[in-house]
Amino acid sequence: MNPAPSVIVFTVLSGMGFGFLALLGLTGVSGTVAFFLWGLGYGLAVAGLVASAFHLGNPQRALLAFTQWRTSWLSREAWASVITLGLFAPQALSDWLGLGLGRGFGVAGAVMAGVTVFCTAMIYAQIRAVPRWHHWTVPPVFLAYAVAGGLVLSGVSVLALPMLCVLGVTLALHWHFGARAFARAGATMESATGLGRVGAVSVFEQPHTGGNYLLREMIHVVGRRHAERVRMIAMVFSVLLPSLALAWLSGGVAVVVAAATYLIGALAQRWLFFAEAEHVVGLYYGRR
Amino acid sequence: MGQPKVETSPKVSDEVRKTTCYMCACRCGINVHLTSGKVTYIEGNRDHPVNKGVLCAKGASGIMQVTAPSRLRAPLRRVGPRGSGAFEEISWDEALATAVAWLKPLREEAPEKLAFFTGRDQSQSFTGWWAQQFGTPNYAAHGGFCSVNMAAAGTYTIGGAFWEFGQPDWAHTKLFVLFGVAEDHDSNPIKIGIGKLKARGAKVVGVNPVRTGYNAVADEWVGITPGTDGLLILSLIHCLLEAGKIDLDYLARWTNAPLLVNAAEGPEKGLILKNAESQPFVIDKRTGMPAPWDGAGVQPDLGAVWQGHRTVFQHMAERYLSADYAPEAVADRCGVPAGRIRALAAELARVAFDEAFELPVAWTDFRGDRHESMTGRPVSFHAMRGISAHSNGFQTARALHLLQILLGTVEVPGGYRLKPPYPKPVEAHPTPHFVAAPGKPLSGPHLGYVRGPENLAIKEDGTPWRIDKGFTWENPFSAHGLMHMVIPNAHAGDPYKVDTLFLYMANMSWNSSMNSARVMEMLTDKDASGEYVIPRIIYSDAYASEMVAYADLILPDTTYLERYDCISLLDRPISEPDAAGDAIRWPVVEADRDVRGFQSVLLDLGVRLGLPGITNPDGTAKFKDYADYMVNHIRRPGVGPLIGFRGVDGQAEGRGDPNPDQLARYIENGGFYQAHVPDGAAYMKPWNMAYQEWAVATSFYETPQPYLFSIWSEPMRKFQLAAEGHGFLQPPDHLRARLKVAMDPLPVWYPPFGEAAAEGYPVHAITQRPMAMYHSWGSQNAWLRQIHGKNYLYLPTKIWEAEGFAEGDYARVTSPTGEIVVPVAHMAALNPDTVWTWNAIGKRRGAWALDAGAPEANQGFLLNHLISELLPGEGRVSNSDPVTGQAAWFDLRVRVERVGPQERAEPAFEVLPRVVPKGRARV
Amino acid sequence: MTGLPERTEKKLGLVIDLDTCVGCHACVTACKGWNDQGYGAPLSDQNPYGADPSGTFLNRVHSYAVQPTDTAAQIINFPRSCLHCEDAPCVTVCPTGASYKRAEDGIVLVNEAACIGCGLCAWACPYGARELDQAAGVMKKCTLCVDRIYNEALPEADREPACVRTCPTGARHFGDFADPESKVSRLTAEREGFALMPEMGTRPVNRYLPPRKKDRPEEASLLAPLLDIKATGLAGWLDRVLGKI
Ligand SMILES: Nc1nc2c(c(=O)[nH]1)N[C@H]1C(S)=C(S)[C@@H](COP(=O)(O)OP(=O)(O)OC[C@H]3O[C@@H](n4cnc5c(=O)[nH]c(N)nc54)[C@H](O)[C@@H]3O)O[C@H]1N2
Ligand SMILES: Nc1nc2c(c(=O)[nH]1)N[C@H]1C(S)=C(S)[C@@H](COP(=O)(O)OP(=O)(O)OC[C@H]3O[C@@H](n4cnc5c(=O)[nH]c(N)nc54)[C@H](O)[C@@H]3O)O[C@H]1N2
Ligand code: SF4
Ligand code: SF4
Ligand code: SF4
Ligand code: SF4
Ligand code: SF4
Ligand SMILES: [Mo]
Repeated sequence: MNPAPSVIVFTVLSGMGFGFLALLGLTGVSGTVAFFLWGLGYGLAVAGLVASAFHLGNPQRALLAFTQWRTSWLSREAWASVITLGLFAPQALSDWLGLGLGRGFGVAGAVMAGVTVFCTAMIYAQIRAVPRWHHWTVPPVFLAYAVAGGLVLSGVSVLALPMLCVLGVTLALHWHFGARAFARAGATMESATGLGRVGAVSVFEQPHTGGNYLLREMIHVVGRRHAERVRMIAMVFSVLLPSLALAWLSGGVAVVVAAATYLIGALAQRWLFFAEAEHVVGLYYGRR
Repeated sequence: MGQPKVETSPKVSDEVRKTTCYMCACRCGINVHLTSGKVTYIEGNRDHPVNKGVLCAKGASGIMQVTAPSRLRAPLRRVGPRGSGAFEEISWDEALATAVAWLKPLREEAPEKLAFFTGRDQSQSFTGWWAQQFGTPNYAAHGGFCSVNMAAAGTYTIGGAFWEFGQPDWAHTKLFVLFGVAEDHDSNPIKIGIGKLKARGAKVVGVNPVRTGYNAVADEWVGITPGTDGLLILSLIHCLLEAGKIDLDYLARWTNAPLLVNAAEGPEKGLILKNAESQPFVIDKRTGMPAPWDGAGVQPDLGAVWQGHRTVFQHMAERYLSADYAPEAVADRCGVPAGRIRALAAELARVAFDEAFELPVAWTDFRGDRHESMTGRPVSFHAMRGISAHSNGFQTARALHLLQILLGTVEVPGGYRLKPPYPKPVEAHPTPHFVAAPGKPLSGPHLGYVRGPENLAIKEDGTPWRIDKGFTWENPFSAHGLMHMVIPNAHAGDPYKVDTLFLYMANMSWNSSMNSARVMEMLTDKDASGEYVIPRIIYSDAYASEMVAYADLILPDTTYLERYDCISLLDRPISEPDAAGDAIRWPVVEADRDVRGFQSVLLDLGVRLGLPGITNPDGTAKFKDYADYMVNHIRRPGVGPLIGFRGVDGQAEGRGDPNPDQLARYIENGGFYQAHVPDGAAYMKPWNMAYQEWAVATSFYETPQPYLFSIWSEPMRKFQLAAEGHGFLQPPDHLRARLKVAMDPLPVWYPPFGEAAAEGYPVHAITQRPMAMYHSWGSQNAWLRQIHGKNYLYLPTKIWEAEGFAEGDYARVTSPTGEIVVPVAHMAALNPDTVWTWNAIGKRRGAWALDAGAPEANQGFLLNHLISELLPGEGRVSNSDPVTGQAAWFDLRVRVERVGPQERAEPAFEVLPRVVPKGRARV
Repeated sequence: MTGLPERTEKKLGLVIDLDTCVGCHACVTACKGWNDQGYGAPLSDQNPYGADPSGTFLNRVHSYAVQPTDTAAQIINFPRSCLHCEDAPCVTVCPTGASYKRAEDGIVLVNEAACIGCGLCAWACPYGARELDQAAGVMKKCTLCVDRIYNEALPEADREPACVRTCPTGARHFGDFADPESKVSRLTAEREGFALMPEMGTRPVNRYLPPRKKDRPEEASLLAPLLDIKATGLAGWLDRVLGKI
């Protein structure tokens, strides 16, 4: 799949944002700090959501995306994110202005933040045509990134360190199963064309020498050569370095370094998530 | 939210205008939809005989052709050096005055100094007639570099040809064997036909080194080695003869098999024996005595020997029963296992004889014998350039016709059927005319069918009359001329120099020439005095093709939706076996540029030059424009360009007075007319009196012309006799040996000439037409170029593996005369000694209003750079079939080496400057 | 309306005969031509005369090399367009309801007025049947020529998809799969028409007819020579042959 910057930024920032907001919702902060921390959380989440609009051909109709929550994970995600942001608002105001509201909205918001991230993940995980995505490890990866991201930003290393470990394991599992997913899905050039009954199928000539949407969007082969290296980068930057930073450094420096490396790692992981995901339509082009 | 309401009955357009497609030369009927005066949609005309409603990929993209930015906009005069592409726009008056200033003195002093050649011209009967009025012998259209081998071999053998002049009896045939066809001029009819066979589950066999397209759907593929079809066919004939699986009755009645071949040593040896009335005769089985070949009730004896003279049948049998033609003897050379050849022969025999059927159609033959039914033999063949474009193509096509004849499957139900005005024997065709005289028209049409050395276009001093050396000892049956030799010969001054080269619709500086790079040099070379070696070039194109840059004066044509055209029975009509047909184009939209229909421009030029036939005695124009000509020109009394709606009342068919309302009637009728072959006349046409009489009535000839198929070709034997030293007209010595072989009166096979120089070049290199592209002119089409924007050289597994090729690689391809570096791809379904590519995808940078970075011009390539227009060795002998002068495109032999990944193909030529503004997306 | 209808009255779709398709691309440009001026936004082209042309097409024709175990390699042409799946994932993923399957005939359509161009439906389609138009920013796909097949402005005979109408070999057939007597149902039954990628669980409506068996392995010739010509010579052969008349 095409690793479009808008989608990468969307999933990474909104995930981290919702993770952080959830943490704020659960734990509670106060005063000006609250203003900045809630502001950071909202900033990340909203920036992510705004980025996603860049992916749309007709963003002016984006409100229509709220209509199909019964069937569409994207629609559900839209609802979930709005509800989440809405639920957090009173909590944030209360924390900032010291209104003394209980944590009810925060807890509810935290749950909805999880639901939102889950919906985001399901947008991908539901797609059977991309076997690497169509797997139970995808929501855990998205959730682990969100929670770990939130914790890294919080700087609470006792919680962050184990969560980063969980993230590391989740990633490893995701990659492990991902590598086998396409084969397990059973789609081959033979099944795609139905010509397996005649013999072994390969491409003789492409249907067009010019480009098209499918080739750009779904059949992105450029990045895959670097998959192994990017995987290393993702693991090192989103798990190892933040852990080291949080363990060895302290205070604001630790958070800044950990968050920065974590972001790099997350972006790398997400880039790879798209770049190495093979859509079965590639079979028609003899490219995966 | 409910399901949205969809408008399921939108209005399609304001108006539909029916005309004829010209995205290629197939001439399908189209419905052009217009909305607010603009073309918005094009679909096939269901009532049209050629395409019956379907359209190919090109036809359905016509809208992108008539809106292409490459369309020329106004007459152009060259202002920079030739080839630089520097032009200025001029007015039509200026353009025509310039042309007249160049041409008038030529006509008055030496008309042959004008060489007028046209490409895929659909108005040859008009352009040829114009050249005839001008008086130059130097006229021909594209047939010489295209498929004259098929046309000539067919005409000399069965009085009709493959190409689009006949077709299998799609309704009845059960076994269809296709030799060397990727697309053909009959694009849609062949596809429709194959579809019919497939729907019935009939069997298709493809004989082709490459398995794509029609060959891909063939039930059996014979991946033959190029240039060896003749040998394969003669081997099939061997098997059939050996087993006695031939149609003796058919041979005896309808072919010259029972005629006697003169056995007496001397100048008549090998000619058909004639009686005192100069008529050939047969031996009647009933009496054992000579009897007229066309006598009623005569039963010709195929096995007769009369006074030592044997029948054609015996000569033929003797030749092909020889062990030289046994499958085992030819298998390696053809790249086809012997068992496969025998199995194919068996299948042919089985279907022809075991599945024979009778059509209950009574008919009377030319002898007066009545038959109660027609015997159907459901085996049919078709062939085109895979056979044609080799230097043994004429004889190979003859061999294939012989195979058809032996199976008794030409003009019978289930077999191969000719389309009116064919069948037509050689005798009913004109001979060539070529004698030029200052200020005078030529005495007859340029192109024709030579009967013997006496018809050759050779001057008393032995030099050719024609610039292309058509109708000389080098290519005696060059019935379509040799377009590919015009520029090289004019450049070499061999046989003489010309002053003005006038080209129409032929991209001669690129894909239509052999050795394109050298041709560009020939067009720009100057002599010692600083004059161009070819002093003047006038060109008519509709688009910014590669050739435009090499002309001095451009006469911009309209596109096919903006002009009148005439698809006439006088040249290449749209007939079907059951009906003669012709068609028109008419301006369904107005041109929005300063361009004019070329035929009207020619008429205008003719008037300015005062050409007879075009000008009234008072110097005024005989025809207002081409539309007027189409209606009012009279070729023979009562016969004009169109056969339909003739006579003042529009009721006459074939013959009749001009009808001022004729074009309106054609338009009303969908742009075409069909004259239906009467019941009982649809098959056995050469011998069927009902057909013969209808053909006379419909104007194809003046008297019935029944004839026998020529297994033994007497015109050929006459040339062979000359080569053996008989007769007054003698060939030059250097051509004697090849004439002896090539002019064999019975079909022969000899290795294509490419083989002689092929030491060290083990691989055959050929091209195929892509179905979705038309030569060079498809690339300006924004839809089609997305399908075929670049081409690869396809390599067989053997070469791919031996050289260690990988995806993305380029190869250096070397022939005895050139070298190119091109992208490659692997193909398993390919003859192991053959490489191929799509024809004419490669473009010159800057041409066709494409960006210089266009893939066509950077990764796309031509094989033409590797092909020489001359044969190796002494003298300037053209790389053509020795009988017809057909360009031997597919004799090419190469060597292929891996060079690894590369950015672009070589050679790369300089960017041609634009002659039209840059194009944008259509809105 | 991204819920899929429980069942549809008709199941309209195409049968594509791979034994007959010569790969001419006529259906490709006929489709482009019709839909460029038909349902919804035109099918735009980017860089049409430039270095990297690309554009929206609703139907593409692939060409595959297929290597059987016992006979020569084959080339099989393969048109690919929307299969109007019964369990169309492209419909259920759509967040706006732009993508829907018609209850009356099963045609899967995009309501362009509601399409935000998110591309999700194209991701969900295993068959590459959807292309996002780069100029209009809306999703384009085969409409089964919904603006032809019921079009009362067209003559009866023309109420079929543009690609079917133009296909020169007649390799494309249009009809109702819900009717077991329709041509498409009969062809599918007779020729063992198959669906693409059944493992994707989409239950396509369109069917492909497999190529017939090709290149029977070499068999012994049934053509026996009349006699040993070497021994009898031409004369013997002539007697034998002509005696048959
Ligand atoms: N390597 C290789 N070369 C080949 C062949 C091959 O098989 N292999 N095939 C050969 C054969 S058979 C042929 S016929 C030739 C074809 O060669 P050409 O006849 O040269 O074919 P085109 O490239 O179609 O070029 C025709 C020219 O006509 C112009 N044209 C198109 N429409 C119009 C119009 O309406 N009016 C006017 N005035 N001009 C128009 C086009 O712009 C173009 O410049 O190529 C030959 N070259
Ligand atoms: N779409 C489209 N249609 C066209 C044209 C076009 O450019 N595009 N051009 C038109 C013109 S001008 C012409 S002349 C016709 C030509 O139409 P075709 O006769 O179909 O010409 P080619 O495409 O050159 O195909 C030649 C075929 O012969 C095969 N071949 C080559 N050498 C041999 C051989 O030795 N033996 C055998 N058995 N096969 C061999 C090649 O693989 C190829 O399949 O098409 C016309 N129709
Ligand atoms: S075959 Fe195609 S391009 Fe040629 S005339 Fe017919 S529709 Fe037009
Ligand atoms: S039009 Fe017909 S034959 Fe041509 S590619 Fe399409 S389906 Fe195949
Ligand atoms: S083929 Fe693709 S676009 Fe068409 S219905 Fe099926 S999933 Fe949807
Ligand atoms: S691109 Fe349009 S039709 Fe497709 S899922 Fe998005 S909104 Fe729906
Ligand atoms: S049915 Fe219509 S929209 Fe669909 S592929 Fe055919 S022509 Fe295109
Ligand atoms: Mo040609």
